[in-house]
Amino acid sequence: MLQFIFRRSVGAVVTLFLLGAVTFFLFVAAPSDYASLACGKDCSPQRLHDIREALGLDQPLAQQFWNFMSGIVMGRDFPTGHCNAPCLGVSFYSGDPVWSTIMDRFPTTLTLTLGGAVVFLVVGVGAGMLAAYKRGSMVDKVATGASMVLSSFQIYFLGPIVLIIFVYSTGWMDNPQYHPITDDPIKWFTGLLLPTLVMATIFTAQYTRMARSSMIEQMAEEHVRTARAKGMSSKYVFFRYAWRGALIPIVTVLGIDISSMLGGAVVTEITFSLQGIGRLAVDGASHKDLPLTMGVMLFGAFFILIFNILTDIAYAYIDPRVRLS
Amino acid sequence: MTSPVALDPELDESKPGADKGEQKLEGRSPGQLMWQRFKRDRTGVICAVVVIFYFVVALLAPVLTKLSGTDPYTLYGQDPTYNDTPVLDEFGLPLGWFGGLSGSHWFGVEPQYGRDVFAMLVYGMRTSLFMAVGVTVLLMVTGIVIGLIGGYFGGRTDYWIGRVTDFFLSFPQQLFFIAFMPVVTAFFVDPREETPTYFRALAMLIVLWLLGWMGMARLVRSTVLSLREREFVEAAKVSGASPGRIVRKEILPNVVTPILVQFTYQLPSTILTIAFLSFAGVGFVEPTPDWGRLFAAGSQYAQQDPAFIFFPGVALVIFVLAFNLLGDSVRDAFDPKSGR
Repeated sequence: MLQFIFRRSVGAVVTLFLLGAVTFFLFVAAPSDYASLACGKDCSPQRLHDIREALGLDQPLAQQFWNFMSGIVMGRDFPTGHCNAPCLGVSFYSGDPVWSTIMDRFPTTLTLTLGGAVVFLVVGVGAGMLAAYKRGSMVDKVATGASMVLSSFQIYFLGPIVLIIFVYSTGWMDNPQYHPITDDPIKWFTGLLLPTLVMATIFTAQYTRMARSSMIEQMAEEHVRTARAKGMSSKYVFFRYAWRGALIPIVTVLGIDISSMLGGAVVTEITFSLQGIGRLAVDGASHKDLPLTMGVMLFGAFFILIFNILTDIAYAYIDPRVRLS
Repeated sequence: MTSPVALDPELDESKPGADKGEQKLEGRSPGQLMWQRFKRDRTGVICAVVVIFYFVVALLAPVLTKLSGTDPYTLYGQDPTYNDTPVLDEFGLPLGWFGGLSGSHWFGVEPQYGRDVFAMLVYGMRTSLFMAVGVTVLLMVTGIVIGLIGGYFGGRTDYWIGRVTDFFLSFPQQLFFIAFMPVVTAFFVDPREETPTYFRALAMLIVLWLLGWMGMARLVRSTVLSLREREFVEAAKVSGASPGRIVRKEILPNVVTPILVQFTYQLPSTILTIAFLSFAGVGFVEPTPDWGRLFAAGSQYAQQDPAFIFFPGVALVIFVLAFNLLGDSVRDAFDPKSGR
């Protein structure tokens, strides 16, 4: 097991490095000059020169890349001061250190992700299992139909509807906003309640469908049939035998979903004007801010890699047939 | 030719003996079988009609706007030609009921500019659907070729293709789309100049293509991997068929099923991704009519003019719903064992 984790971690670090390289060189190697990108439409030669120098763009490309990547591990010195170990450089646009900007924005995205995950796991998987348990009944039909329709909604359509109903016309809720949990836990909860629920609705529908179909698939498995034939109660078989096998596809998708949400719930954040990681990526792209974009990309990729490893480890616990070697 | 006459005896024969019926069925091409099963699935047929309807609307957008007498670019609220038929009040909000519904503006008008929502929607669908078909075909072909190579040749080739696929999969997709749209656009156009819509579309095509082929490649690879060991492929090998022939004549026809099923799932998801790009402000921009851009505008106007987002939104929900159900039906038609 330890060996497995070690091997995968090394792979993850290599992937992150390559990803950084691809991001960096695509950004810099675009034929249009980077500094003029950042400088914008009316750019004087003097300002262009200043920008180049300030950004370190006068150095060779390989050197620039090395400075950036080594800064993540060892920290970096800037004319404005030292930047501590996980240093993702300094934003070209705002001049703030990228790492602290990301850390400022991360709690919003984290709250959305974890809140959403709790909702869609409990409601979605629960409804899916119930539908599978009472297959063909009214409950099943309602759950299947509702999840089919709801999963066709998009956050950018459902979001404004919810805002119109609960905020603009009735005034039951305030405009969604992030409040740190340490300041005011109630405001933290109510502030992000609407975005979390809207985001979770679409996922809930998908998880209902998935949980239902994978439970039904599991019920047809031979070990499940054997357990039934031995005379175990259908409840016990359902929750002990079938449930465990049905978890595998759910865990796979959960890992993908959570990791991509942690890297920025872009649509939700834009719809509700929240300042999260996804919003940061949009800002970085629209300001053509290389360090910020690099930082957000690596941050997002980091979660994807971590959750890939966690998912594989989870398999081993859920399914004894899977041996990590 | 499949005529009703030819169909009938087959259906009759399949009734009495399962064995006999199956043998007869095996003689038909998988395509014919699938078509028969699909025709019997009422939901699937209805959804197929709905989806085709959307594509017809997209195709006939110029005709439809001629019928409604509007076009997606005219600012009916600001253009002095239309002063005698005002559509906006002094705050720039649509006059009349539910976003300014009227005989000349069927789905109302956009606040502030007074553009016709109906024209914007049908032209927006045209942009999105055409774009999505192009992207989907491109990334499916790429995925199929890569998957075939990996699956058929196996060994070291397969290993390295697998690693590259994994690498692309570890990209944070949404972030990548957002971050690289401006960069890829900069490959074509000087950043100080206005980007033509044509290049924007090309840039989107490239970005979506670059990060979209992996799912298909994996699917084809795993299918080919299992097919490679089958007797008929080995028989072809023994009888001296070239790898090219084996891939074309023995393997490809057997991969068509999962590819088609995947296509019906991939197309709506590509449409949504394109809409997402425009929604995030890195896809199509003013004044190109686009589905995703309508949502960006809609959430901006949500407070003052909640009706604006209604028609584009409902249209999208129906479309995605129909397409998803169609995908399930196609899957069931191909593989009746996949019980839902």
